[in-house]
Amino acid sequence: MSPSVLAGLTGATLVGLGLYGLILHPHPLRKLLAFNLIGSGVFLVFGIVARRGATAGFRFDPIPQAMVITGIVVAFAASAIAVALILRLSAESDHVTLKPDVWTRPPGGNTR
Amino acid sequence: MEQAGTTPGGYLLVLSILLPLAGMILSFTAGGRSAERIARFSSPFGFALACAIAFHVSRAGKPIVYALGDLPPPLGIALRADGISAVMLIAAAVILTAAIFYARAKFTTPDGVRESRGSLTFWIMLQAIWAALNIIFLSGDLFNLYVALELLTFAAVPLVCIDGRPETIAAALRYLLFALFGSISYLLGVALLYGTYGTLDILLLSQRVQAMPVVWIAAALMTCGLLAKTALFPMHLWLPPAHANAPAAASAVLSGLVVKGSFFLTLRLWFYVLPALPADKFAMVLGCLGSAAIIAGSVVALRQARLKLLIAYSTVAQIGYLFLVFPLAAGAQAWSGIGWSAGVMQILAHAFAKAGMFLSGGLLAEALGHDQIAKLGGAARVLPLTFLTIALGGLSLVGLPPSGGFSAKWLMLRASIASGQWLWTLPVLAGGLLAAGYVYRILAPALSDDQISLASSPDRSREVIALALTTIAIALGFAPQTFFDFLEIGRPVAGP
Repeated sequence: MSPSVLAGLTGATLVGLGLYGLILHPHPLRKLLAFNLIGSGVFLVFGIVARRGATAGFRFDPIPQAMVITGIVVAFAASAIAVALILRLSAESDHVTLKPDVWTRPPGGNTR
Repeated sequence: MEQAGTTPGGYLLVLSILLPLAGMILSFTAGGRSAERIARFSSPFGFALACAIAFHVSRAGKPIVYALGDLPPPLGIALRADGISAVMLIAAAVILTAAIFYARAKFTTPDGVRESRGSLTFWIMLQAIWAALNIIFLSGDLFNLYVALELLTFAAVPLVCIDGRPETIAAALRYLLFALFGSISYLLGVALLYGTYGTLDILLLSQRVQAMPVVWIAAALMTCGLLAKTALFPMHLWLPPAHANAPAAASAVLSGLVVKGSFFLTLRLWFYVLPALPADKFAMVLGCLGSAAIIAGSVVALRQARLKLLIAYSTVAQIGYLFLVFPLAAGAQAWSGIGWSAGVMQILAHAFAKAGMFLSGGLLAEALGHDQIAKLGGAARVLPLTFLTIALGGLSLVGLPPSGGFSAKWLMLRASIASGQWLWTLPVLAGGLLAAGYVYRILAPALSDDQISLASSPDRSREVIALALTTIAIALGFAPQTFFDFLEIGRPVAGP
């Protein structure tokens, strides 16, 4: 098994695990971690793409590497916003949940 | 193929992106009091730039291009403005300017009052949305577009939870998680396309793309990601709470423009990057999802107790219409031009009608102190201008002539009959009936004889702003043929 196939399979596994967690875990923090797992898998795929640039005569193709760096910065910023929102939510309310029915109950319960 | 190279007027494209970005940075340094002035003073210039770009495009009769750093693709990144991007730039400028002037009443910090974090965030994020939308409409590079999509999300999410109530934070978080899934899926597709063809420039890709398994996978991943961001049924769950909880000016921008940003990218992907793919089945799937969105969104809208939630669910339904473009504008037949015009007309008509309705929904909630539909009895007598706005917006959503919504639906019906895909006439017609139902639900109690008291009287100038937006949605129904010819500029007409 060549290194790039191995890296590709690892990337696919990470994306799969992350997708599973993103959909099935109810807690937002776990969902966020799962998103980061997907991100790592995708960045690994970018790494293989960069290696394959070698066929064009380069030792490495620098463009996918530049994209990975941008992608990491974006994913970091996204995680920071999400963590800030989760912290704020746990400070403002006693339950940290995304279940819509918890939040749609009208205040005071005098409607409908 | 004449590639890249900056064309006359190309510098305008850079200016139109730099203006809101500069405003954003200035607002951040100058603070909340000045941020409002910066946004207000820069918005007419943004509108003027959009008009100048449209003028250049229509005079040249072909897309205008700016090669960043004078490096043509594939090494550099090109900005391109064609017919639809120029039209979308103008629509974004009009709606954002309206939202900025409307929001002054709520988010201005008068002298002597302490600046609040909420108003500073509002003005910065509004300008960030403007910048991100302009990049999406102009960029010609798929990775660049990914960054723009992320900017758009990061600017839109804080607007949802600006008043800090826990349910708005939960709505914002849900929106963010859906959007993050969407963007990472899009990014994986970008990686696969780059790995296969070694470029991400839209024009170069469209010449190289062939129907191969890896291209199909990349297309499916990118489309799936964009659908999550556009809130197409069944991934619409985040939209209604997010749009209904934002302040009215922000809801208007989110519902009218932000979801259109990712839809615009879906259009770019299928009609500009991948016209070489035989995508009949794919278009069929998108059309079916769109039809399901029309029916499901409208039926749920009929059952809402709050006006803002009703308007938000109506957005879910109206987004469904947009996806009928994929089966109706496919290929290079005579009817696909009609389907194309229908799709762009639907984007514009919905953007203006919905923005106007959200703005007047906000005015109504302020004037009455609530937005429960059941307690609207007689409200049209005390708020005539606001209800005129809602009625005109509703007219366009239902698709009654003369209005932009009517033109869009009429063109869709014509395209589906001309192409023999009569199946798509059913959701279009059923959606119109259901929309008539939910607009009736708002207007019927409001026009009754009941007595109602106002908590505060509405501000006339803000009512006029909302009315102006829905009037544009109606006026689109009178768009001349030259307008539709303009939309064709730069549209690749290619079959497999």
